Amino acid sequence: MCLAVPGKVVEWREREPPFASALVEFGGVQRSVNMACMTDVDLGDYVLVHAGIAISRIDPDEAARVWATLEQIDLDEMEIGDRGDTVVDEE
Amino acid sequence: MSVPSKSIACPVPASPRDDCVTLAHGEGGRLTHRLISERILPAMANEFLDDLGDAASLPRCEGPLAMSTDSFVVSPLFFPGGDIGSLAVHGTVNDLAVSGARPLWISLGLIIEEGLPIATLERVLSSIAKAARRSGVRVVTGDTKVVPRGAADKLFINTAGIGEKITPSPPGPTALEPGDEIIVTGPIGRHGMAVMASREGLEFESPPTSDSAPLVDAVEKLREAGVPIRAMRDATRGGLAAVLQEWAEASQMTLSIDEERLPVTPEVRGLCEVLGIDAVHVANEGTMVVAVPRGSTGDALRALQSVAETAHAKCIGEVGPRSLAAVVVRRALGRQVPLDEPLGAPLPRIC
Amino acid sequence: MRYVDEYRQPELCQKLIAEILQLATRRWTIMEVCGGQTHGLLRYGIDIELKEAVRLIHGPGCPVCVTSLESIDFATQLARRPDVVLASFGDMLRVPGSRENLLQVRADGGNVQIVYSPLDAVDFAASHPEQQVVFFAVGFETTTPATALAVHQAAQRGLDNFSLLVSHVRVLPAMEMLMASKDSSVQGFLGAGHVCTVAGYQCYKEFVREHRVPVVVTGFEPVDLLSGILECVRQLEGGEAAVCNRYSRSALAEGNRQALDIVDDVYEICDQAWRGLGTIPDGGLQLREQWTRFDATKRFTQLDLPVIESTQCRSGDVLTGHIKPVECEFFSSTCTPESPMGAPMVSAEGACAAYHRYAGDLSQQTV
Repeated sequence: MCLAVPGKVVEWREREPPFASALVEFGGVQRSVNMACMTDVDLGDYVLVHAGIAISRIDPDEAARVWATLEQIDLDEMEIGDRGDTVVDEE
Repeated sequence: MSVPSKSIACPVPASPRDDCVTLAHGEGGRLTHRLISERILPAMANEFLDDLGDAASLPRCEGPLAMSTDSFVVSPLFFPGGDIGSLAVHGTVNDLAVSGARPLWISLGLIIEEGLPIATLERVLSSIAKAARRSGVRVVTGDTKVVPRGAADKLFINTAGIGEKITPSPPGPTALEPGDEIIVTGPIGRHGMAVMASREGLEFESPPTSDSAPLVDAVEKLREAGVPIRAMRDATRGGLAAVLQEWAEASQMTLSIDEERLPVTPEVRGLCEVLGIDAVHVANEGTMVVAVPRGSTGDALRALQSVAETAHAKCIGEVGPRSLAAVVVRRALGRQVPLDEPLGAPLPRIC
Repeated sequence: MRYVDEYRQPELCQKLIAEILQLATRRWTIMEVCGGQTHGLLRYGIDIELKEAVRLIHGPGCPVCVTSLESIDFATQLARRPDVVLASFGDMLRVPGSRENLLQVRADGGNVQIVYSPLDAVDFAASHPEQQVVFFAVGFETTTPATALAVHQAAQRGLDNFSLLVSHVRVLPAMEMLMASKDSSVQGFLGAGHVCTVAGYQCYKEFVREHRVPVVVTGFEPVDLLSGILECVRQLEGGEAAVCNRYSRSALAEGNRQALDIVDDVYEICDQAWRGLGTIPDGGLQLREQWTRFDATKRFTQLDLPVIESTQCRSGDVLTGHIKPVECEFFSSTCTPESPMGAPMVSAEGACAAYHRYAGDLSQQTV
């Protein structure tokens, strides 16, 4: 289910939901995307678009942080049970 | 008997609309003649057509001939990079070219839905004329029919083409051998995505441009360079994948391609990601697949890259003994996985 | 493309694969709920790479497979009406109904329009006032903001020729149903990243606590999938069960508040029939009272034709992971993508169709 593709916001066209929309660039093509669920993103931000609607903003800092941890993975040093961003502890 | 004077009311038929094609244009009378002589002939003018006979008389050829036919029903009629007219010429011309023939003459059959604006018809006709000039063929005979609204979708075109064989036909996919290499002559999926992005309900800005183009010069260059060709096909419906599947079936070999090496433009790439479609399954109209023995790949690429239409030719894979599937693709992980074989044309998906 | 290409990087994928293989002391059974993840796993051959460490069960997260037969039958009926244009995602056109699919209806003269977005269907309705436009609103939580927005837009534009045939489904109740089954072999879940992007993942806390299975929110690119599986295996090896987010660049614990508000305004939770699985309590959404004027089931009468599901198709057993597609006696013999007996043989994400593609090399399959 749920193909969603990251695209770059290049131009705001309408600010008011439910018609809020922006021009978003995917690779070499652009399309008008509904922004009613993401009204406060900035130009240059990347949003995740599903069925013509932006459903989230991709957080570049978080992406970089996770990327760094992935690249640092070292089999010998890894502790079993290191859960990263776990939100629920086993109780 | 005296000629009726103007004062006598006479049931004059309402004058037919002249801004669009009507059924009367196809009924063989004066309107048909006018449509042909005023709209079609001037666009196509050549000595074979000017006779307006029931058949074109063509000069003798030295060698054997090749003949091919194709029908074109694209919707919308106009899309970025082409239209139904240029498509109808390039499609037939390319079928002849990949069979080792130099295209010479084509026929033109128009099936027009009543109500088609004359201006639209003229735009298509001028595109046909331009594409024919570019491909080095002449439209030597034709036919026009008008059908009631709903019996066709605006305009259908059939073309048949005759070409003179300048090289024997490539031996074809049954001749494929392990070690042969597979070349694609340009970025894939451009035509299908250009058409899809132009359809109502899927509008994209800055959509891809169709690759619709004649491959005559490219084939000619391959011949001049003396490249031994095992198989050659224009990758139309079903895209690159359909050609590879067909070749793999015919040869009982496994054809393997590298995803990383597949040429795809940023526009096609973006659109394919958004719509969940794989560019290998999308139609091309001016891009072919060529298989050559390993040692000839460099020569083939140099020949192809010297022609504008195939300037971005690339080697994308190779032929090997039959292994896990007919066609396999090497993706990011380095593992070869079987290439999907869709049931029909790819549809945009959300899941 | 940024946030796509880097997550397909071969070296990192290989490292993650090596890590998972090294970490696993036994073979774990993990279900990816989402059909998009199934697609990615098979497309890159990840299931095969990991077969020593992980048995992946392709779950019921594909609207093509689980959209109820009643809805599909109604959609085909609507598309046959001369006054109706049925607008749909391309996915649904080949899904078999009791008698026919939407492609066949279209071939017969029915008006079926493929759209990329439900909002395109609203535009279509606005520019074709003489026709009734019905959008076939299928999909999981991810898709619900789009169809809810379509209702808001249609209302503000005063369109009385637009309606929805709603068949939305919710992931969590389906996961509950899977775990409630006594013989469930699932030991861990890859949470559907895009569902969580909209709906958040706090809602899995109770689930994890109750069933003691890890739920790892996971993305769709190879690096995302592998990193989700790695975390799941790591928890399983450590005897833990927690909700963990491995798609943190997009998914937040609380989800997308703006999207959820819009969805909540338009829809309410209802029991929902899932194809192959039966009715799941709280398993779907329906339009709230104040929006029923956009409900196609209220606007049009449904012909009383019997719903005919193959009694032999074992799609329910496949979707719940009780059998592998190859264990079904009809697999690839009477049931093929060309003539499917059930929905999982239809879509690219459908477990049966995915297995069918590998038919040339059964030994490679992760049975």
